Amino acid sequence: MSDGILFKAATLSDGTVTDIRISGATISEVGSHLKGANETVIDATGLVALTGLVDLHTHLREPGFEQSETVLTGTRAAAAGGFTTVFAMANTLPVADTAGVVEQIQTLGERAGYATVRPIGAVTVGLEGERLSAIGAMANSSARVRVFSDDGKCVHDSLLMRRALEYVKTFDGVVAQHAQDPRLTENAQMNESALSSELGLTGWPAAAEESIISRDVLLAEHIGARLHVCHVSTAGSVEVIRWAKERGIQVTAEVTPHHLLLTQELARTYDARYKVNPPLRRDEDVQALRRAIADGIIDIIATDHAPHPLEAKECEWDAAAFGMVGLESAVPVVQTALVDTGICDWARVEQLMSLKPAEIGRLNGHPSSISAGQQAELAFVDPNSRSVFDINRLKGRSTNSPYLGMEFNGAVVHTVHQGYLTLRDGELVDEQIVAECSKLSQHEGLSS
Amino acid sequence: MRHLLSTKDLSREQAVSILDVAEDMAETQLREQKKLATLRGRTVVNLFFEDSTRTRISFEVAAKRLSADLINFSAKGSSVSKGESLKDTAQTLQALGADAVVIRHSSSGAAQNLADAGWINAPIINAGDGKHEHPTQALLDAFTMRRRVFGGNSRGVALDGLRVVIVGDLAHSRVARSNLWLLRTLGADVTFVAPETLVPFGARDWGANIVHDLDTAITEVEPSVVMMLRVQLERMQTSYFPSQQEYVRNWGLSDQRMQALPEDVVIMHPGPMNRGVEISSRAADSPNSSVLEQVSNGVSVRMAVLYMLTSGDRGEK
Ligand SMILES: [Zn+2]
Repeated sequence: MSDGILFKAATLSDGTVTDIRISGATISEVGSHLKGANETVIDATGLVALTGLVDLHTHLREPGFEQSETVLTGTRAAAAGGFTTVFAMANTLPVADTAGVVEQIQTLGERAGYATVRPIGAVTVGLEGERLSAIGAMANSSARVRVFSDDGKCVHDSLLMRRALEYVKTFDGVVAQHAQDPRLTENAQMNESALSSELGLTGWPAAAEESIISRDVLLAEHIGARLHVCHVSTAGSVEVIRWAKERGIQVTAEVTPHHLLLTQELARTYDARYKVNPPLRRDEDVQALRRAIADGIIDIIATDHAPHPLEAKECEWDAAAFGMVGLESAVPVVQTALVDTGICDWARVEQLMSLKPAEIGRLNGHPSSISAGQQAELAFVDPNSRSVFDINRLKGRSTNSPYLGMEFNGAVVHTVHQGYLTLRDGELVDEQIVAECSKLSQHEGLSS
Repeated sequence: MRHLLSTKDLSREQAVSILDVAEDMAETQLREQKKLATLRGRTVVNLFFEDSTRTRISFEVAAKRLSADLINFSAKGSSVSKGESLKDTAQTLQALGADAVVIRHSSSGAAQNLADAGWINAPIINAGDGKHEHPTQALLDAFTMRRRVFGGNSRGVALDGLRVVIVGDLAHSRVARSNLWLLRTLGADVTFVAPETLVPFGARDWGANIVHDLDTAITEVEPSVVMMLRVQLERMQTSYFPSQQEYVRNWGLSDQRMQALPEDVVIMHPGPMNRGVEISSRAADSPNSSVLEQVSNGVSVRMAVLYMLTSGDRGEK
């Protein structure tokens, strides 16, 4: 660790070209023509350096669904995608609804060392939507949980949602709502439209999302609580959130990379790789979501990385699982959908994928910029690379990516977490080395 | 044509030629010796993940009249590992050397999965997939209409100018979908009649006329064909309509409504019928009713499809 790393001639998100020196777990120096000392020197010419990416919505599947993903394999996928922190959703088995489970997940993350793992606590016991889980115990545990979500399910009971917003506020936390009216979406398979009717797949109406968001922003206003809306997918939801923000309601909203690029037309193939919840929507929705990013209505991009084993996707559409992996593909998809289309510059991408999610999740110690004294959490992107996204790009345990075979601009080249490399030249750093670095950095953290 | 998965992707020429081959098949069925040697040595698999005695038997008779070896493979029930079983079953059938697979499945898209996934090379015939399509039903319906209207001069003809009214649970009906696409391709005008709850969401974008009131449809369209769809009474429990009485009163083909129809109207029903619900007994048994012709025409049409997809130039596609 003490040897450090010197990145030469990287381009910061504001366009400045500079060298970046990392010593221990921090950025020690930023400036031109830094002299190499006894350290690893990496030429970053042409690479965009961003503060490490933060994913507020990852399914790591451990404990309970290790055939799909583990904390180790999921954080390897994260590192490959430029992420230095992931927030792990609570729908594990057992559900992350107690201090014991969230602490276990946090520890697994520290041991693996590829990224900071911040557990998300369930809002309700067992995600059953009936009574509040041990929110205080999770908030006060060593995992210091600040984000609570029943994701996968919606907290649909209005009174329970009100109480959750109020109670979570007590701990400076936020409820991340998966907005889906369960009755309006029974057995739903894809976006409800003329196409869903043509394909004979039960429709998931936009109103089932928009009505829950409408209710929740009103509740958040009424009690003065924070609300975070997961994976916004419709043009109508954008309008509801715009209205709420104009009224000063404390609402933040996320969108997934796939909802910024893919449309419901893909369901025509009946290939279940395109089955996701909320479903892929119309092109009008994709365009509205992109505009909402430009307008600042959408605050963050989160992957909703949802690994599934092959057999859960290699079957009839209605028998298949919902979800797609997204950590490894997030940057290329975002560059293609937002940067190359002129909607965002890299500074905005840094906001959307790093700074703002860190703030919403109350992530301590995350760098607020690439400057001396900040934590060394960094992602280096080559915006000029163009390549076919193939199966070798997937570093997690599952391969249910909708992007296989598609060509994208942009690739993550290096990732630095806690001052050490987790990804170098597009290759993951060896497991043992990363685990050792993680151990050392935690040790230094304790002794300093 | 490699598979028959839907009527949506049939061209007018393809559709007419299937109907013409079905005419040839029907002719052979008038002979004393009904059996043709066409598919001798070929294996046709009836792969039924969902019960449907009528459709299964119709394909079975069609395959046998073409002298094919027939395997009935009923895979119903293994719902836990549904997906695995579709893949495993397909690979098994491939290993057994199936030359054509007729698949019936409760999941929309299952036939296309079978055609696309690379598990099996044989031509796939969709015998009904979920709420998606039932192309051979639509073809036999079109065949029946064509014969009723054009009689002995049917060959080579499409259905231009025919006015077809389809009444009932359109939302859940694969028959309605397959009929709409095919009838439009063949030049007919299609009117859907149902309460709004039973109209497929977004169907106005499909270009069908949608009318809620059956009596209005009868007077204004003056239909050449009225097709009544089976209505499942369970739909009441899920609030698609309030009661059987209300459904029958508004959308049932009653004796009174029979009177209002043009004299030469063709009354169709894909079966099985709920007599006294969507159709009165008198209407079902009237000379206008083609219900039984539909059954026998089904065999001719399925013979044509099996023949066109399976015979001859294998591997030459
Ligand atoms: Zn969700």
